[in-house]
Amino acid sequence: MLDEIRYEAPSSLARAIELLGEEGARVLAGGTDLLVQMRSGRATPRVFVDVKHIPETTRLDLGTSELWLGAAVPAAAIVEHAEIARLWPGLVEAIDLIGSTQIQGRASVGGNLCNASPAADTTPALCAVSACCVIAGPRGQREVPVEQFTTGPGTNVLGRGELLAGFRIARPAARTSDAYLRFIPRSEMDIAVVGAGVSVALDAAGRCTGARVALGAVAPTVLLVADAAAALVGSRAEDQALTRAGAAASAAARPISDKRGTADYRRRIAGVLVRRAATAAFERARAGGSA
Amino acid sequence: MKLHVQTTVNGEAKEFLCAPEQSLLDVLRDELNLTGTKEGCATGDCGACSVIFDGRLVCSCLVLAPEASGRRIETIEGVAHGTELHPLQKKFLEHAALPCGICTPGFIVAAKALLERNPDPSEEETRYWLAGNLCRCTGYDKIIRAVLDTATELRGETR
Repeated sequence: MLDEIRYEAPSSLARAIELLGEEGARVLAGGTDLLVQMRSGRATPRVFVDVKHIPETTRLDLGTSELWLGAAVPAAAIVEHAEIARLWPGLVEAIDLIGSTQIQGRASVGGNLCNASPAADTTPALCAVSACCVIAGPRGQREVPVEQFTTGPGTNVLGRGELLAGFRIARPAARTSDAYLRFIPRSEMDIAVVGAGVSVALDAAGRCTGARVALGAVAPTVLLVADAAAALVGSRAEDQALTRAGAAASAAARPISDKRGTADYRRRIAGVLVRRAATAAFERARAGGSA
Repeated sequence: MKLHVQTTVNGEAKEFLCAPEQSLLDVLRDELNLTGTKEGCATGDCGACSVIFDGRLVCSCLVLAPEASGRRIETIEGVAHGTELHPLQKKFLEHAALPCGICTPGFIVAAKALLERNPDPSEEETRYWLAGNLCRCTGYDKIIRAVLDTATELRGETR
């Protein structure tokens, strides 16, 4: 009996935490990674903890000061939300890039982060907009910035009994916007060779007062590149500033060579994508951003 | 231990017994005898097992059967009205958009979901929406023509 696989659908975080304390318990959100890993033998869940009946993990709530993005909300529900797409166009374009229509119907941003692929598209985009992970666990709730959540390929900071409940993302100020770009060798349905998320805040004169630049697929975890952001601050996206930001991104990248691209190629593409994503973020912010 | 699940399939109340790790696809085919939904890759890449799950297009191979409890599922078997084929099905026949046929139920379920959301999709929108449905006979062009022609007909326009 003890060896039997179980399926549980708790309706509260407290019950989910209890179940996740059991040996072999795995969170089931959209299932688009877990069930594939199970079929290939890479994951052997003993208890499926379906977190799609919990209010916190399934809520998408745009408040006056911040967005609550439940960890298990399917991508399609976010992409369909016009106001979220207007406020965070870069985050939403990253979410919209993941998989097919069918995958979008199930896959979640929380799952994308917890699965901890270095190439996860939503992770650099979440970093660019300073998303904060809200983790629930046996010792209460804690918050971790997205850039500190993954610890390596396939690993993250969650301990036994803990789960990612969702993300808090502060509403962008006026003239603040973001962009995400990834490079893949075809137009759709592929894994990033490099991904770049950029967010910029501008003053009334169009000068950058704050920036965040994050790279995916060029290191074991997402990279927040402070030097690239610093190159943008004070600029109006002049060619020189963009070139310096791109060079800082290339210098920060620590990629491997694999079937998707060589390390040299990835370093170069990282610079190109940061330059282009920054240009897009500036254009959006000038057009008003969230104002 | 088998789980007892009550659900709604194509508007009818259904119940079944399943193992916790069994897929919705397996239950549809093996327990409910709804074999129109096909298994291609079993990893969510090919779309042959597409169904509508609580209003969203999903791969039934990536849904656990117990998740169906209390949900509404629509499969290819619910697309026609009795013996009257759905306009998409008629257009697939008219355009010969089914070379071997294995991918066809998935394409029709996915295309129906598209046309319900967007009655006037562009060719590009249609191709992106159906990017998760693979046809290994590579009959894509006829499939896209059939879907766009159905959209035209459903909007009451003439070609």
